[in-house]
Amino acid sequence: MARPDARWSARALEAAVWIAPAIVAGMFLWLLGDLLARGVAAFLPREADAFDFGAAIELGRNIVAFLTSAPERAGRGGGIAPILVSTGLILAVCIAAALPFGLGTALFLSEFVPLRSRFGTLVRRSLDVLAGVPSIVFGLFGNALFCRLLGLRFSILSGGLTLACMVLPLLIRTAEESFRAVPISQRHAAAAAGFSQWSTVFRIVLPQAAPGLVAGLILGIGRALAETAALIFTSGYVDRMPGSLLDSGRALSIHIYDLSMNVPGGNAHAYASALVLIVLLVLINAAARWSTMRLLHGQERRA
Amino acid sequence: MWWRNCRLFRLRSATRDRMLIGTSRALACVSALVVVLIVAFLIGESAPALARVGPVRFFTDESWHPTADASAGSFGLVPTLVGTLLTSAGAIALAGGLGILSAAFTRFYAPRRLAGWYALMVELMAGVPSVVYGLWGLMVLVPLIAAVRPPGASLLAGIVVLALMILPTVALLADAAFAAVPRDCVTAAAALGLTRGASVFRVVVPAARSGLFTAVVLASARALGETMAVLMVCGNVVRIPRGVFDPVRTLTATIALEMGYARGDHRAALFVCGLVLLAAVTILVATAHAAGRGRPHGTT
Repeated sequence: MARPDARWSARALEAAVWIAPAIVAGMFLWLLGDLLARGVAAFLPREADAFDFGAAIELGRNIVAFLTSAPERAGRGGGIAPILVSTGLILAVCIAAALPFGLGTALFLSEFVPLRSRFGTLVRRSLDVLAGVPSIVFGLFGNALFCRLLGLRFSILSGGLTLACMVLPLLIRTAEESFRAVPISQRHAAAAAGFSQWSTVFRIVLPQAAPGLVAGLILGIGRALAETAALIFTSGYVDRMPGSLLDSGRALSIHIYDLSMNVPGGNAHAYASALVLIVLLVLINAAARWSTMRLLHGQERRA
Repeated sequence: MWWRNCRLFRLRSATRDRMLIGTSRALACVSALVVVLIVAFLIGESAPALARVGPVRFFTDESWHPTADASAGSFGLVPTLVGTLLTSAGAIALAGGLGILSAAFTRFYAPRRLAGWYALMVELMAGVPSVVYGLWGLMVLVPLIAAVRPPGASLLAGIVVLALMILPTVALLADAAFAAVPRDCVTAAAALGLTRGASVFRVVVPAARSGLFTAVVLASARALGETMAVLMVCGNVVRIPRGVFDPVRTLTATIALEMGYARGDHRAALFVCGLVLLAAVTILVATAHAAGRGRPHGTT
């Protein structure tokens, strides 16, 4: 230990422990700052010299206009209203499809099979692999199955179903965890009181696991909202207001990608859309956190 | 309530129980089958290319000029494979070190409040969509690199953006690995009079090495599969780069760029790319699971 070179390497490591997080924080704050600065700048009134009360009102008005009007000139002008609607519809399809499978699978894994049973292990292994599948591969799969084989073409339905496959492992894991968090003694008590399994599940387990289920669901929505690669060739690029679920609809993340890569002069609105996306994600995460807190709080109260 | 009158609620409870179990079993089967379906579709769709181009030509063809008819085009995947490997390896080299050091920082060095803030920031980093990382890379990093050595959109830009993206994975999993080291080891190190540096880097890190290995392997699986960020900052030229300032194209970017118009054997060739990607990622995830047995699913 006392060799001089060993001491020097130890000292270098100690320094690195402080330098590495500084580098990471610096890079990420740079990214956030750039996003905020250019995102907000896209909404600022053009001619204002100083940021006074009038400019603040103008800023608010610009934001509302951006959120409620249709894109013009391939997104360089106008707003993102149809894109927000498409994004919302894609998420709704995703949740509507993933929720029954997620809840059913989690219920089965936590209530109806032993932890180390062969079938349960098989299902969990398969979900492990699914969780690792790259998003672009989900896109290929969605394109082959939903767009081509089922004949849905580029549509909100195809995109939403593809995302449903993607968020399924996350949904199942969080749901199974919240089911398992319900104390086993309560199930025993229910059985002793002559409850059927149906009643145990719907009167005892589900109500207590509800906050955890909501938190998992919100996390899944966040994951789906952030996704781009799986949607490029399942839900498509069309930026008009969708008329039905069978229309192609452009998600917010794809709008950002398209504006920054394929539309010269689309940078300002790419940043504005990215800011909207980040704000949405922060709100979603705050909601998930709040829901988890309620779960923990509820457990304390019961204990 | 209205549902009291529904037929379902007038069934005998044993029947209802059986229905509940049967339904949830069926749903679990479908969920488990999704991944099988994905593999089946990838193999099915890539079969024409594998049959008509053959696995060998993907490695021996000079260039990547795929056509709808396999006999006319050339299907060399080597430059794209090299692009994927180089970006991922570079990102892992950067993010592996930074991530493990970050985890050591939050767990052993930082004052409690600073550690809390830093952990919150890492969580936020994990939540930022890849397209936003790509946007930042494209608008900030690429012009900066272009000022040093044009064209800017390059292997280097891809490595930096990708490293930033996978850093939270490394940091969070490394932190979990440190947390799993028995408290006794740390206490014993302190009792022996070791300095903090010695107890962290000579006791805790070696004790946590299988967990750290898992962290790095899972992060590299994420790096291989990442699409948007590398698509936006790497320049997408299909050529083996001669330095970090040269543009590269990855497997994922190839799929994203060409899927929109690909027909016939070209389309099938893109599914071959997807199959290669899926195989690589699955092997990495399986390795990670073998190294750190008993992890819950979905933690990637």
